[in-house]
Amino acid sequence: MDYHSPASFAEASALAANATGITRFLAGGTDVLVQLRSELVTPDTLIDLKKIDGVSDINSNADGSWTLGVAATGAEMSEHAELGRDWPGVVEAMDLIGSTQVQGRATLTGNLCNGSPAADSVPAMVAAGVSVTVTGPEGDREVAVEDIPTGPGKTSLAKGELISAVHIPARGENGGDAYLRFIPRTEMDIAVVGVGVNLRLDGDTVTEARVSLGAVAPTVLLVEDCAKAIIGSTLDDAALDALAAAASAACNPIDDKRGTIAFRTEVAGVLAKRAAKIAYARAKGEQA
Amino acid sequence: MALDDRKSEFTFVGTRPNRPDGLDKVTGRAKFGADMSAPGMLHGAILRSPHAHARIVKIDTSKAEAHKEVKAVVTRADFADVPFKPGLEGEFWNVLENVMAGEKALYDGHAVAAVAATSALAARDALKLIEVEYEVLPHVTDVDKAMAPDAPVIREGAADYSVPEGMHPNVVRYHESGHGDVEAGFAEADLVIEDSFVTEATHQGYIEPHACLGMLGNDGKGELWCTTQGHWIAQKTCAALLGIETSQLRVTASEIGGGFGGKTTVFIEPVALALSRKANRPVKLVMTRSEVFRATGPTSSASMDIKIGMKKDGTISAAQGVFRLQGGAFPGAPGDMTAMCAFAPYNLTNVKQVGYDVMANRPKQAAYRAPGAPMGAFAVESVIDELCKKLGLDPVDVRLKNAAHEGTKASYGPRYERIGLVETLEAAKAHPHYSAPLKPGQGRGISCGFWFNHGGETSVSLALSEDGSAQLMVGTPDIGGSRASMALMAAEVLGIPYENIRVTIADTATLGYNDVSHGSRVTYASGLATIKAAKHAVEKLCERAAASWGIPTDAVKWENGCAVPSGPNAGDFDPRPLADITAHMGSTGGPISGHFEATPEGAGVSFGTHIVDAEVDPETGKTSITRYTVIQDAGKAIHPTYVEGQYQGGAAQGIGWALNEEYIYGEDGRLQNSIFLDYRIPVASDLPMIDTVIVEVPNPGHPFGVRGVGETGIVPPLAAIANAVSHAAGVRMRQLPMSPPRILAALKENG
Ligand SMILES: Cc1cc2nc3c(=O)[nH]c(=O)nc-3n(C[C@H](O)[C@H](O)[C@H](O)COP(=O)(O)OP(=O)(O)OC[C@H]3O[C@@H](n4cnc5c(N)ncnc54)[C@H](O)[C@@H]3O)c2cc1C
Repeated sequence: MDYHSPASFAEASALAANATGITRFLAGGTDVLVQLRSELVTPDTLIDLKKIDGVSDINSNADGSWTLGVAATGAEMSEHAELGRDWPGVVEAMDLIGSTQVQGRATLTGNLCNGSPAADSVPAMVAAGVSVTVTGPEGDREVAVEDIPTGPGKTSLAKGELISAVHIPARGENGGDAYLRFIPRTEMDIAVVGVGVNLRLDGDTVTEARVSLGAVAPTVLLVEDCAKAIIGSTLDDAALDALAAAASAACNPIDDKRGTIAFRTEVAGVLAKRAAKIAYARAKGEQA
Repeated sequence: MALDDRKSEFTFVGTRPNRPDGLDKVTGRAKFGADMSAPGMLHGAILRSPHAHARIVKIDTSKAEAHKEVKAVVTRADFADVPFKPGLEGEFWNVLENVMAGEKALYDGHAVAAVAATSALAARDALKLIEVEYEVLPHVTDVDKAMAPDAPVIREGAADYSVPEGMHPNVVRYHESGHGDVEAGFAEADLVIEDSFVTEATHQGYIEPHACLGMLGNDGKGELWCTTQGHWIAQKTCAALLGIETSQLRVTASEIGGGFGGKTTVFIEPVALALSRKANRPVKLVMTRSEVFRATGPTSSASMDIKIGMKKDGTISAAQGVFRLQGGAFPGAPGDMTAMCAFAPYNLTNVKQVGYDVMANRPKQAAYRAPGAPMGAFAVESVIDELCKKLGLDPVDVRLKNAAHEGTKASYGPRYERIGLVETLEAAKAHPHYSAPLKPGQGRGISCGFWFNHGGETSVSLALSEDGSAQLMVGTPDIGGSRASMALMAAEVLGIPYENIRVTIADTATLGYNDVSHGSRVTYASGLATIKAAKHAVEKLCERAAASWGIPTDAVKWENGCAVPSGPNAGDFDPRPLADITAHMGSTGGPISGHFEATPEGAGVSFGTHIVDAEVDPETGKTSITRYTVIQDAGKAIHPTYVEGQYQGGAAQGIGWALNEEYIYGEDGRLQNSIFLDYRIPVASDLPMIDTVIVEVPNPGHPFGVRGVGETGIVPPLAAIANAVSHAAGVRMRQLPMSPPRILAALKENG
């Protein structure tokens, strides 16, 4: 196994482009190292990104948007009060991952690129409209988070491509987001269903919404019918029921050791309602 | 055993000092199974079957043997019993067959070969070089399917005499017991409920994986360090499996990171020794978590039919149960225990119980706290709860009305001596928990539970030091704070402080045979032997004092740690403290020790009653346990904190078993959830504070009144939680675990 710790993303990209066999980037390593030790994936090339300048930074931009380095950890995000005020849903989704120890290493980028359909931060990022910069042999391009995963364990990144930054849009006025997952326990478990909701209000009326589902299909889903169900409403019971129905209808889950098709489909609707209520309250400036 | 010296006033017993192993454990100094190393040590790894059932056509180890870091490879041919040299039979043969597959791999994870190499990584890599040719056979993992006529046969001829004619060869033992006439009893009932229940296999979930370090020379002399609940059984079994003399193998028990019954047999120990014998170097073997789940001994899964008749006043007029337990690809599922325990809390005129031991393509089951009893209690206590509900009766009152007491003919045969079931029920009724209001969406459940408890072979020695301190050697690994309890009991007899007694778990070369730390027997049996060994030493102390005073020994008695004249007629001498006598023991007759060994028979059965509140989210089927109270008879709590710990542990494991823990097998017969991420044991935040009430109805079979407490605590939870959840959800849950998908499906079905 070859281990590299490049000083730039261009260098990392070149190393990956020229590598043979299995290549893995090392952000927090909470997926890579676990898979290595349990002999699920034994990489031939390991490219550690943590030596690249600025990879742990969390920066707020002049337009109110945010740029996060690819090695910024869940713990650092949770400690960042302003980020948490703007995007509590994204931060709480990341914060659900693992234990205190895991939080000290795990990253949004790793969670996204590991390609698990159950990844917790991904539906929250999709709902929030997060995008990433992809650096490759051809240079940089910007890609929406929902366009990165293509199936369990698979991404749209080509050989030699990697993510070099994460962009969270400006929060703007009267907006709120939330993420909820279902697990049978209270922590240290994997999402059976995950729902991210992000919305904006004009008075009491929802004017913009993005609803995203995790763990109910081979990839994260951005469900337009869910958004339609609540846009123009005051999140009354009828709108919530329509939201739940749309969420359940969008599900394309599997039966497995973690949950049944019927269960995931039903609970996706339940969580969509609950997350929407939290996002709505946050948009109104209420504590939730 | 007759005991005429019962004690009821105590100085040390009943206090709560810190455990002597506490500091080592919190500072990381304690040595567990994987913490031992030896010069020249090799690392072992085991190749396991990926098939649930397959004939092993050929194993080619040549490539692994050629690996430059590999020092030994073993297969079944390296053990005592090979097809050409049969010798082992009965349980030894079963254990050997489990430790290393013979002609067939019998379950996913069954060991087929092992290597020892100079590094753990090399050993793991070398496994990939072993080529095994399998002929995959049809498999069965479900207990009911394993009994069906078309089920694949796991092993012909495994059934014993007890199995009625015409049963499938996978049914290997049959039990039937009871008394009275159940049909007549059902005819007398105002309401009869008949229902069926299913539980899945669960794992004890001890945090420490199996680990050992073995050394065995070609001279047949060996040393073994391992994490175990019983090093003498490990010694005996390993010796048999390797064809060496028992006494030539010295086994030392490490500190143990949990066992709960799962470490009462051997898995990797004989393999490490076989590798060591071949490589002529020490070999360390440490299981991964996945190996622990796939290839050690989970509990049995069960399928049960219950029929109970009740009169309007709550009297149970008849009770009947059929209990089918699947215990893996070997005989041993405790269907008989399930049957015998199921109705044991009740004073019944008409009762009948039947138990089946059924083989399936799963790992060989091992004990798990009160093996077999929790599932039976789940089924029986659910039906009693349903009867109470339908007849509008209070569940505690109904249990009190039918409760067994001293003199009751137990459902499994004998008459009870003094028992404490009624006292636990009365304490439940009086407990504030039982009358606390419930919030909407919450339900309350009650259950009783019974376990036999066990005595077992026991040998204990105590040696006094010149400075008046004492060292106590017991042979039962400390799985629950027993060193503290032993020291308290010895302190009580000797009259010296707790801190002055050092308790050691002696190795197999130091004491006679000691049965395993199981059957809730340690505080009872090793405790009884400790008391007797200390009394033995006290007799000698009195002899020395008598000699120094020139009076007969029977004119001296032991009081508050001193020899004193037994009365005014014995003479007027100053008391001689223990340390004063030991200071001169070298010149007054030599070292002073005490010893006791026996197989005590008076373990004293134990009962408990649990009260549980559960809240069910009707939209997701998720359950949270909001309040939990354990009430159990301890006879006499030697160290109350560790008694409470046992109660809380039983409840915690019961919550896991009831709500989320289960072995999940795929269509291919492979275990799907062999990691803690997917085998959902409760995490700390899943549990409420578990309240405890220690009831003390002294056991007439122990000098201080002790009853074992380790196992009874896991008997009521499954039922108590199922009753609470069924009330909260408004629908009867008949299958464990009551995972959210199952509860939500039941809610939907119920409309
Ligand atoms: C105990 C435990 C609990 C966990 N609990 C959860 C949970 O509750 N929810 C959940 O969603 N996950 C959970 N995880 C999984 C894991 O922690 C998360 O997926 C985490 O976010 C991964 O981040 P990382 O930085 O550690 O990724 P790494 O392990 O470093 O990398 C993961 C993947 O991303 C790729 N990658 C990393 N950086 C880049 C990059 N810049 N460009 C392209 N590819 C890249 C790597 O090649 C690798 O394939 C848990 C893991 C553990 C060990």
